[in-house]
Amino acid sequence: MAVVETRKLTKVFKEGELGAVNDVNLETREGEFLVFLGPSGSGKTTLLRMIAGLEIPTAGEIRIGGRVVTHLTPRERRIAMVFQSYALYPHLSVYNNISFPLKAQKVPRQLHKQKVEWASGLLGIAHLLQRKPRELSGGERQRVALARAIVREPLVFLLDEPLSNLDAKLRASAREELELFHKRVGTTTIYVTHDQVEAMAMGDRVMVLHNGFVRQLGTPREVYDTPADTFVATFLGSPPMNLLENDDFIVGFRPEHLLPVEIAPNPAISFRLKVKVTEYLGAEWILYGTVTGGKFDGKEVISRLPSAASFEADKTFQFGVREPDLHYFDRQSEKRTQPKVLTWQ
Amino acid sequence: MAIKTDPPASAKLPPDPAGVQPPRHEEGIAVTVPWHRTPENRATLLGIAMFTPAVLFIAVLIGVPFVLAFVYAFTDVKVGSIESHYVGLENFRSILQSPSFKKALVNSFIFTIISQVLVIVGATILSVALKDRFRGRGFVRFLILLPWVAPISLGAIGWKWILDSLYSVINWVLVVLHFYKPYSAPMWLGEPHLAMASVILVHTWRLLPFSTVIMLAGLTAIPKDIPEAAEVDGAGFWRTLFQITIPMMLPIIMVAVLFGIIFTFTDMTVVYVLTAGGPYDSTQVLPSLAFFTGILAGDLSQGAAISLFLVPIMVAVTYVMLRLAHKSEIA
Repeated sequence: MAVVETRKLTKVFKEGELGAVNDVNLETREGEFLVFLGPSGSGKTTLLRMIAGLEIPTAGEIRIGGRVVTHLTPRERRIAMVFQSYALYPHLSVYNNISFPLKAQKVPRQLHKQKVEWASGLLGIAHLLQRKPRELSGGERQRVALARAIVREPLVFLLDEPLSNLDAKLRASAREELELFHKRVGTTTIYVTHDQVEAMAMGDRVMVLHNGFVRQLGTPREVYDTPADTFVATFLGSPPMNLLENDDFIVGFRPEHLLPVEIAPNPAISFRLKVKVTEYLGAEWILYGTVTGGKFDGKEVISRLPSAASFEADKTFQFGVREPDLHYFDRQSEKRTQPKVLTWQ
Repeated sequence: MAIKTDPPASAKLPPDPAGVQPPRHEEGIAVTVPWHRTPENRATLLGIAMFTPAVLFIAVLIGVPFVLAFVYAFTDVKVGSIESHYVGLENFRSILQSPSFKKALVNSFIFTIISQVLVIVGATILSVALKDRFRGRGFVRFLILLPWVAPISLGAIGWKWILDSLYSVINWVLVVLHFYKPYSAPMWLGEPHLAMASVILVHTWRLLPFSTVIMLAGLTAIPKDIPEAAEVDGAGFWRTLFQITIPMMLPIIMVAVLFGIIFTFTDMTVVYVLTAGGPYDSTQVLPSLAFFTGILAGDLSQGAAISLFLVPIMVAVTYVMLRLAHKSEIA
């Protein structure tokens, strides 16, 4: 187990262009499950690859377990990585795939069998050891990749979107397994994903990246409940947060907090909502509508309601948001600010 | 519930045995479409038209001579003879007793095996070196491809001068550097072992680009993740090369070897230009012997019999190589 630190870590691929990763300062906690979350092109994979040693930083420093590793090769960093494609060696059996790091690290030969059996047993693939990767399903391949990663007991695990090649159902169960696995092994883990559900579900903390900059680092609850800026506010949550531009600030509220006044009495703001489209999703309704009357007349907003409620399109209802559920952002910097006085009319 | 609809009227008509499509009604006028104008048949005709030149080419330039060689090998036909007689296996019996043939057979194997080993090792090194980007990579790739692009006879004549007994550049350099006294430098093409080594090296020079290009293709087909995973797993350059990269390239290496063996075993250009098989048959290979016997010496039937010895060897090599390539093929 070890702490990963980065100081002012920057990667510029083409001189004169904006960096893929800019001035990232990061410090993981011991045994933590940290998630890098961001849309594609946000720099999360580049950041991970720099920590792995597969990409040379343009500037800045990386420390693993207190040791500066910025200019060390991957093999000297004692890390393990699971690639998006799993990168299993196609010509080697599962056994030889898992034992490859042991051979490469010159672990005594007599220990190989025991360690491979331990790792494969932990991931429930002990019966697949003689197969070739092409004879395995997507989920099995992922487990082989994980077994290959843990077999030499690394200081840090780096996982690059390991679930994105699985189908939706398998992904949910693999996610759960991965969480249990992390609890059991307790190794510091950095996990890259563009899927906010994965990030919220698995991360001890989530780091939201956009255009190579860190937008927010916090627990899933913090990033969801108190987003640091409008990007985080809209990137997390589906449907995204409603944002209404006022004179010098932006007010935001999540769709699940925009409720009919009968359900949420004494709202801080209240307005008539003309429902345009309704989507019935089983457990909930999504209403797309426009604000009618007042300062924000014609603005489009989204509401998410438990499916006990029932609404028809083209009708108008009284909706409101309670005070604690309102978020305020500066209009210039788009950063979170103190609550403001909102005049609705 | 499925809705039942009547099929269109034309579908009910039985197919016309004469191959003429049922009349189509366009703007009220019945039009009969000729057989070769229907879309499917047009595609078939186009396919035949595009395929025929290749078939004719192979049949006339390869098939006919091949059949003739078979026929000649069992007769006593000579260049210029008007008639020929069936002589059974006499030609084969005769060449098997000939010392020249035995020498050429052994030489063919030496020539092929040594040059292929050199080509594969060299091509692997070159392809690994040329895979990653560096300044001037395009130019280096161009230089390496040159021996393959230039006509072999030109290249071989160039080498004949480089290795010449009097004007050899190599010998000049060796003399200037005081490795040898003037006029005592090695006769590259005049001493049996040196001549064989020279022929092998020139042929290797000639084949190297081809194998390098094939292997570069194989190397670039390996996903970038895999060598990276090996790096993270702690493997250094050599371990990655020998345990990951080369095993993954094995199917494509087999293809390069297969082509290399065929090109080498059946080739006589380098031998013909550099040494003409000499000195004392020490560089004679089966194709050059067949040419000298059958064409230059005029004994067509013996020449044909010699060249037929290549066939079973090539078939066996091809079979073994394709089996190996299939076995080591990766998903």
